[in-house]
Amino acid sequence: MSARDEILRRVRSALTDVEPDPDPVAAPRGAAPADLVSHFAERVADYRATVVRCTADEVGAAVAAALPAGARVVVPPGLPEVVAARLSDVRVDDGLSAAELDQVDAVITGCRVAVAETGTIVLDHAPGQGRRALTLVPDRHVCVVRADQVVADVPDAVAALDPGRPLTWISGPSATSDIELDRVEGVHGPRVLHVIVVGEIEQQ
Amino acid sequence: MTHTFVGMPPFPVAAREALADTQLRHNLGHATATIRGKRDQVVAEVENWEELRLAGAAVKDRALRGLDQHLVQLEESLTDRGATVHWARDAVEANRIVVDVARRHRVDEVVKVKSMVTQEIGLNEALQAEGIAAWETDLAELIVQLGGDLPSHILVPAIHRNRAEIREIFRSKMGGVGRAAPSELSDDPAALAAAARAHLREKFLRARMAVSGANFAVAETGTLVVVESEGNGRMCLTLPDVLVSVVGIEKVVPTWAELDPLLRLLPRSSTGERMNPYTSTWSGVIPGDGPQEVHVVLLDNGRTRALADEVGRQALRCIRCSACLNVCPVYERVGGHAYGSVYPGPIGAILNPLLKGTGDPQTDSLPYASSLCGACFEACPVRIDIPEVLVHLRSKVVDGHRDDRIPKPEAVAMRSASWTFAGGRRLGRAERLTRLGIGVGRRFGAARWTATRDLPTPPKESFRAWWKRTDGRLDR
Ligand code: SF4
Repeated sequence: MSARDEILRRVRSALTDVEPDPDPVAAPRGAAPADLVSHFAERVADYRATVVRCTADEVGAAVAAALPAGARVVVPPGLPEVVAARLSDVRVDDGLSAAELDQVDAVITGCRVAVAETGTIVLDHAPGQGRRALTLVPDRHVCVVRADQVVADVPDAVAALDPGRPLTWISGPSATSDIELDRVEGVHGPRVLHVIVVGEIEQQ
Repeated sequence: MTHTFVGMPPFPVAAREALADTQLRHNLGHATATIRGKRDQVVAEVENWEELRLAGAAVKDRALRGLDQHLVQLEESLTDRGATVHWARDAVEANRIVVDVARRHRVDEVVKVKSMVTQEIGLNEALQAEGIAAWETDLAELIVQLGGDLPSHILVPAIHRNRAEIREIFRSKMGGVGRAAPSELSDDPAALAAAARAHLREKFLRARMAVSGANFAVAETGTLVVVESEGNGRMCLTLPDVLVSVVGIEKVVPTWAELDPLLRLLPRSSTGERMNPYTSTWSGVIPGDGPQEVHVVLLDNGRTRALADEVGRQALRCIRCSACLNVCPVYERVGGHAYGSVYPGPIGAILNPLLKGTGDPQTDSLPYASSLCGACFEACPVRIDIPEVLVHLRSKVVDGHRDDRIPKPEAVAMRSASWTFAGGRRLGRAERLTRLGIGVGRRFGAARWTATRDLPTPPKESFRAWWKRTDGRLDR
């Protein structure tokens, strides 16, 4: 008997006392923060990431301000022009090798959805977000989030995402707590996460 | 590095040694208290945590109850998306499959994402026997591997090491297997993490093959999920040309939407964060992005044995968050090595006998490695009733020893107890004798039992005598 058939046979004989459940489990609703965008910004900042809010006209300036002088920058194809408009030296990714990416200081991308309750941004690597290596190898990730991309909690994000695409959920810069449980930011992924939230800012 | 848990002494022997190690107890006490505090805080933030736990348990139960259908569906959806699916009955078969892929691509090294299941099957040793180096890339796993040591916690395998020990390991060992640590390396955690970053980056950039596990595998969509913090997972899942993921058959989640409660439960229960820094999902091959050859090995290795145990099968709901370890008074004092397994702590005490079956003295000792205080059940995000399974497994262990020529003292005590409890008269007489019995017991023989347990003070009056006198009225 093949391993496949044997394992399936063992599974079936282990389960003779139960009936399968045909209906998916309905999970309880998630959190519903009042001001999604502010909640998101607070939660991202909790991870020791930088969060900046600006209006649509200010994106170019906010991105430029997120980069140290002389930084070598890469962007994915399909990133809206205005985002990198103020930068002089930008390379558009055309399939750079891992070693080439390692020579780059920063990457600028958009995202697919952002989660207020957990301070998470999710990339589905469509145009404007780049392939997965792009936001991984460079040391600084500048991510532009539109206010209308922010959803309340994880279930809302899961509902909005396509499971057939590769997804990268990012909550703060890369981090480890493996040494005496002291949190250290920046291990293998970007050491700096800079989130720019674009949308009309409510007057206080 | 050929360190494995095979041949470990039974729990009481190993525990006694561990208890004598004051450095270990200090490191552990600090670490578990820190995670407990963080976890309590973020769990308290979630209003309907209890409801969420119920949903998490229900999802995993549903996955298990229809496991055969879900596995077939998972295979189909993965294959549709360009992955190659393999099935492995046991560790030997699984290792063979991974070795064959490596051979076919003529690689002499692979990078690895931290995974319990590849430790369970001894994959690193199997690869090494074929001349293929397996590099652990999680910081804690790197510390364990370089130190020629064994993991002692599910989540933070090097929890038993402090910063001074880690610095020493990096300085003396990194150079032998790749980029050396800077000579003036300090024991500051940031400096140590930077040394690991530099050491591993050269491996990530040149590796052609990676091996991972998966936290979840969605049957409906063929989506595999890896949850991590450092980005080493993303490196392994993205940069090499070939990826092999070894997935225990209990990792199945039926539908994409049912992933949601698990993603809400896991990070808060495990690292005490609202969300872990990185979660990666993929299914099959994505042209132009990431590995262009993807293999998935669906592994049994005792899981169907556990599934056949009506009480014990709930252990297969485990999402490896390690919350039960961090709250366990036994784990906190003896650490992970004493359990002699890659799965330590309360979950290890039930999972090992369920996967391997009872009969081996080391495995048989594990259901007793507990005070049955119930803290593990309270902490478990998928509501595994670990104490219930422990008691169930103890009875199995006792049953397994029924025919021993020399019965264990506990078996003698239990046998006479069952004789006593079986008859009302006998129980009445025994109760009258309890005070006397405990007194006698204290003088003779019970000292070994009571060295680590409290023997209760006998009540002045037995329940039956009280009932007779008062007719059950509390005011008399
Ligand atoms: S048994 Fe529960 S608490 Fe323990 S590791 Fe598994 S899921 Fe976490």
